[in-house]
Amino acid sequence: MSIEVKGINKQYGDFVALENINVSLPTGQLTALLGPSGGGKSTLLRIIAGLDTADSGTVSIEGVDATRLPAQKRNVGFVFQHYAVFKHMTVAKNVAFGLEIRKRPKAEVAERVDELLKLVHLSQFAHRLPSQLSGGQRQRLALARALAVEPSVLLLDEPFGALDAKVRKELRDWLRRLHDEVHVTTVFVTHDQEEALEVADEIVVINEGRVEQIGTPDQLYDEPANDFVMSFLGEVTTLEGQLIRPHDIEITVMPQHDDAVQAVVSRSLRIGFEARVQVLTDNGEEVTVVLTRSHARHLGLQAGQTVWVRAAQGALTVPSLRAVPAI
Amino acid sequence: MTNVIAPPAGPARTRRPSGGLFRLSTASGIGLGIGLVWFSVLVLLPLSAVVGAAAAGGWSAFAGTLTDPQTFAALRLTVVEAVLVTVVNAVIGTIVAWVLVRDDFVGKRLLDVVIDIPFALPTIVAGLVLLSLYGPDSPVGFNIVNTRTGIFLALLFVTLPFVVRTVQPVLLEIEVEAEEAAASLGASRFTTFRRVILPSLVPAITAGSSLGFARAISEFGSLVLISGNTPYQTEVASLKILKFLEGDNQAGAAAVAVLLLLVAVVVIVALDILSRRVARRA
Repeated sequence: MSIEVKGINKQYGDFVALENINVSLPTGQLTALLGPSGGGKSTLLRIIAGLDTADSGTVSIEGVDATRLPAQKRNVGFVFQHYAVFKHMTVAKNVAFGLEIRKRPKAEVAERVDELLKLVHLSQFAHRLPSQLSGGQRQRLALARALAVEPSVLLLDEPFGALDAKVRKELRDWLRRLHDEVHVTTVFVTHDQEEALEVADEIVVINEGRVEQIGTPDQLYDEPANDFVMSFLGEVTTLEGQLIRPHDIEITVMPQHDDAVQAVVSRSLRIGFEARVQVLTDNGEEVTVVLTRSHARHLGLQAGQTVWVRAAQGALTVPSLRAVPAI
Repeated sequence: MTNVIAPPAGPARTRRPSGGLFRLSTASGIGLGIGLVWFSVLVLLPLSAVVGAAAAGGWSAFAGTLTDPQTFAALRLTVVEAVLVTVVNAVIGTIVAWVLVRDDFVGKRLLDVVIDIPFALPTIVAGLVLLSLYGPDSPVGFNIVNTRTGIFLALLFVTLPFVVRTVQPVLLEIEVEAEEAAASLGASRFTTFRRVILPSLVPAITAGSSLGFARAISEFGSLVLISGNTPYQTEVASLKILKFLEGDNQAGAAAVAVLLLLVAVVVIVALDILSRRVARRA
């Protein structure tokens, strides 16, 4: 195991940021810490890096107990949401920083900087100042700087959070490919479930300071441990007191199945290739149904129409215990 | 990702050369005019007048005044004290600013206000304040009247806020994350300060030091009571100018004034160059 977190607790005054966190991450894996803002995932990442200290519990990195090691000695690469580049240094100097601290010979530093700038596609900007780069370029610079010291683990705190949607998607794909090339154990924090599902080998879902579930993207999506994980990983709606994905609901204009519930269409909306239909069941439940546009057209759904809804075969449902966040 | 620095758009580029340097819009023309008149009436013309007055007696009179041992001693004392005060301020001022921004302690807000008192006080009052504690009737038994230490203390007192007040806002703006990044890259606290924080502060420290130095070589009010004005010992340039004027030696006064002016310009330019060097070398 590359990172082993055991029994971590952290409190800020009365606020419990982390409560008995146990996570172990194998070497070479790309892991996402996923959860809503303020859930404690960044705090956990900072504790692993040594930028914050836990009230109790231990952190070991590559088999070495790092609980009491200062950040300087943990050999951890850290990438911040807002880049945290050294503004007065050129791109090349930024990347060279960690190597110069380690007093590596000049030629070796120059060579390594060259190599890394190539890796992050910033070679032609080596002599620019960070202020002359775009946000995406700055974040790649920050990544190169962190990788320069050959860290045993790479930690990224909402690395794409400050970037616009298109660049975010590009960088996300790029990070995945980079990881396949470099193979350094990587942990990144995100509140974007799509990002986590797309990039990570394994996802740790953290909410209100606790680990809700650990698993591969498929496991989390197909076998959510509880209603929180289910609702956080994708859109959900409630049907007969069960959480269910809106696209897992079957809708018919005639009563074809005994277990179907009668309802009235309150609203029908088309978004791109899909149609979203809101129906109100006889027992007063607002249910959202998502179906393809052609299917919706075929049924000819209109507001006020009577329909029958039921969970499709093989649909995943979870009992609704907590309040579902409003969609 | 495309190149960020794009050349300026076409029209602006093609029109410039044909219109010449002096094509301005009405608004900026008026603005520039007001600025120039204001600056001339207040600064440039009086400055030229002083230079003119200094030159009136001819080169030999000018050189004679400045090489006069007593005047020279006063000038030297002024410049040396000002340099010392500037160096001390650059260090202490930065530390005070650091404490005010980064540390939390009881009375921090009070200290933040008190820092400005040397600015707010009339300088002669500053002299009085120092005398009441370090004067002939000193309750702590430390008399600074008529000593170079006294001049040093008075100059430190009146120039204290400059560096603090220029560094403070810059320090507030610095991202703590950059320091954390340096730490995770293995940099010690000292290395982080020297290579990450200090380079960002140097322009502010320099600006504050320049202001402080200019103030120190020209200080008059607080020194009237303290320096004692003994020739060769504690006589500073500004008081020397007063003496020349009292002796109806306009040209002498102007000569000293012009030299102080030159020193100020040289030091400010030198500090600016130094700051660029340090910022680049990081």
